Amino acid sequence: MASAAFLLLLGTAAAGCLWNWRAAAAIRSGGTRLRSVSSYHGLFSLLVVLIPTLAFVLLWQAFHGIVIDAIIIGGVPERALEGYDAGQRQFVLTEIRSIAAGQIFGEPEAWMLAAAARLAGLEGTAPVLMIAGAGALALALAAFSRRKVRAEFNARESVESLVSGVLLACSAIAVLTTAGIVASLAVETANFLRLVPLSDFLLGLNWEPQIPIREDQLAAEGAFGWIPVILGTVVITAVAVAIAIPVGLLSAIYLNEFAHRTVRAAAKPILEILAGVPTVVYGFFAILVVAPAMRTFGAQFGIPVSPNSALAAGAVMGIMLTPFISSFAEDAFSSVPSAMRDGALALGSTRAEMMLTVLFPAALPGIVGGVLLAVSRAIGETMIVVMAAGLIAKLTINPLDSVTTVTVQIVTLLIGDTSFDDPKTLAAFALGMMLFLVTLCINVFALKIVRKYREKYE
Amino acid sequence: MDTGEGMQPAGLGAKSKIERSLKKRLRKQLLLQGLGLGALALAFVMLFILVASLVSTGYHAATQTHVTLEVAVDPDVIDPEKLPRGNFRKLVQDSIAKRFPDVTEPADLRRLAKIPSNGAQFLLRDLVADDPTLIGRTVELSVPVSDPFDQLRKGLIDPTTPEQFRRLSDLEIEWFERLDEAGAIERPLNFALLFNSDSRFPELAGLRGAIAGSFWALLVCFLISFPVGIGAAVYLEEFAPKNRMSDFIEVNINNLAAVPSVVFGLLALAVFIGWFGLPRSAPLVGGMTLALMTMPTIIIATRAALRAVPDSIREAAMAMGASKQQMVFGHVLRLALPSILTGTIIGMAQALGETAPLLLIGMNAFITAAPSGPLDSATALPTQIFIWADSPERGFVSRTSAAIVLLLGFLIAMNGLAIFLRNKFERRW
Repeated sequence: MASAAFLLLLGTAAAGCLWNWRAAAAIRSGGTRLRSVSSYHGLFSLLVVLIPTLAFVLLWQAFHGIVIDAIIIGGVPERALEGYDAGQRQFVLTEIRSIAAGQIFGEPEAWMLAAAARLAGLEGTAPVLMIAGAGALALALAAFSRRKVRAEFNARESVESLVSGVLLACSAIAVLTTAGIVASLAVETANFLRLVPLSDFLLGLNWEPQIPIREDQLAAEGAFGWIPVILGTVVITAVAVAIAIPVGLLSAIYLNEFAHRTVRAAAKPILEILAGVPTVVYGFFAILVVAPAMRTFGAQFGIPVSPNSALAAGAVMGIMLTPFISSFAEDAFSSVPSAMRDGALALGSTRAEMMLTVLFPAALPGIVGGVLLAVSRAIGETMIVVMAAGLIAKLTINPLDSVTTVTVQIVTLLIGDTSFDDPKTLAAFALGMMLFLVTLCINVFALKIVRKYREKYE
Repeated sequence: MDTGEGMQPAGLGAKSKIERSLKKRLRKQLLLQGLGLGALALAFVMLFILVASLVSTGYHAATQTHVTLEVAVDPDVIDPEKLPRGNFRKLVQDSIAKRFPDVTEPADLRRLAKIPSNGAQFLLRDLVADDPTLIGRTVELSVPVSDPFDQLRKGLIDPTTPEQFRRLSDLEIEWFERLDEAGAIERPLNFALLFNSDSRFPELAGLRGAIAGSFWALLVCFLISFPVGIGAAVYLEEFAPKNRMSDFIEVNINNLAAVPSVVFGLLALAVFIGWFGLPRSAPLVGGMTLALMTMPTIIIATRAALRAVPDSIREAAMAMGASKQQMVFGHVLRLALPSILTGTIIGMAQALGETAPLLLIGMNAFITAAPSGPLDSATALPTQIFIWADSPERGFVSRTSAAIVLLLGFLIAMNGLAIFLRNKFERRW
């Protein structure tokens, strides 16, 4: 249905464009000089029709479901919903929907059947209404723009102002995305905090999100203290960074200062490949090769290594971050003015001394910025830990033990069917909020350092 | 260096001191150089182990062991009127039992029936449905064997290990060897891996659904992120007034590029699925999510490309009387297009490998049919890899590796195309 609407819309817009173009061309061939060439008159019609109608169709697609739901719930007799909270209302709505789809279980009440019939009716008329609305709007706009075709009408200026509006809207989408992230996380986190107090979440030492389904079930109570989860994240991040910083920095130093041109030319693409490998591949690598290897290695010395140890996940994450850090470090080295480098060498220092006493300190702010970005990546990295780290939150800093991370918990809580009134789902959003805030702070700080430092040398 | 005549003894001492310290300093340099080389080598070795382990496990999935069965399509069992209800399973079981007249115990017969894949009955059903004249005749059919026998044939199950430690008993191995001696076992190329959809049985599972799902998601992602990204970049680079508003947008875009991918998944789950009511597991939603993630990459690449176009082009266009928009769309953007395309392809390659946000919107469901449009439920290549990596059956290990090799192949092809475009069309000013 939506594709029919789009086709109709494009057709109308193209027809309006041609209509205006020819009208303008007719005026021109009548001997009158136009202020804008006739193609701009056509383009004017195209944009005037396309932009509002497209917005109408997209908004309709996005919101008609919500409007229909509101109408249906509003039509249900108030008695039937008395004392229901939002979640139970949602459940009633789902039931009505499944009845409307023809799946009737048991004997629903009469008001439910009536609501289902109304829903079916609305869903039948909605697309017709949308196409009629879009068509009428498009035709009206085409007629409006046709009336604008006059010799003295500056079509080019109008087109250009419309185009700048579109361009501004495009760049606003980036802002809207951020706003959407903040809004969705904030709303669900607020819902979560209504069920679990903030102090329990921030200071609690237990993370057991499994809520008993039946009253008498002998399950965990359901505890939502995020300390063990963030501790696990810190352990894995620390392992990853402890591997990535030395390896990344040393390889950047080597490539920048000591490597032969051919080695450099060969090494750069290989590091880029390492950076381009999807994280799900690294995750599989961790469970296929690294974790078993570490277990066997540990067993030879009688050290028990958990099958999904923080060490294995962190080590693989360190490999993933190595090219990231090395490319940041290389950028930082190469933006140090060569006068400093040459000066140090001219005073008789060896290349290593120049590197360590002049170039490295001068490039340090840029390197620190890169390392911070790598840390934020490690905290937000998902697939490696989902596949290679544990699921149970443990209060430990032993890297040979199995720990869980924020991202692992988000994914495991949300995989499968989710409903938005379940504390488990909401807990995932609360964790997401914390993840977003922590990485945002690190990123803003890191980008500030990198930028400030670049300006210093430019 | 020229040292004074009288200074010689002292000079000599100083010289040897310098030489000694120089030796030490050069040793230090050598140490740093060695450490650097070691670090670089470590990175390469890791990449080598990664690729080697994938290839060495993945190549097993390139072939699939088949068994040839002579199936008598018994008209008493298969009723042409009710073909889909026919007991094709029994026909397959009978045909394998016929090869082993000495096996009579019902328990043994049941184990015998496990040699061909569980999907053999469906292959037979489709064959008979296509050509109903086969009823009453004997069909020679080559079907995949089930996973343990495939592993045995590929040498992944060692018959010399004690019986209780392997997944096949001595008897089953003996049956399989008898089939082999009779020439009923072959190992053709495993086209099913590309052309089948997902299955619970590794010997039948393929990537068709995942490839189609990734295709639709990437198409949606491209259709949204390419125009919007270019529009945003053109506005910010060419038209935006330098004020706090455009600064704010710029900071925003830079931060979006560094937001963890799983957060985009949360956004999609809450907004696209929760609020807008779009279907779960649909490539449309996946593509929209990936578009939001790819857009910062495209914007940053486009801005760099626009900045690289020299101002003389702009000034020349303006001097000829072009308006600012005519100058941008008619000249600057055209000249920047090759670099923009390069950046876009690299962004698309990143989107193709992205997994976490797709997990949250349910593109990790078990779906046995390839999607025919962006609204059908589907998986994507990376999520399929995740599902297979999580499956307990041994046969999925090699298939996961093969799927990863395929994914890496796509990524290398896309990046290769980007490099080709850059070298061929990019102008240096």
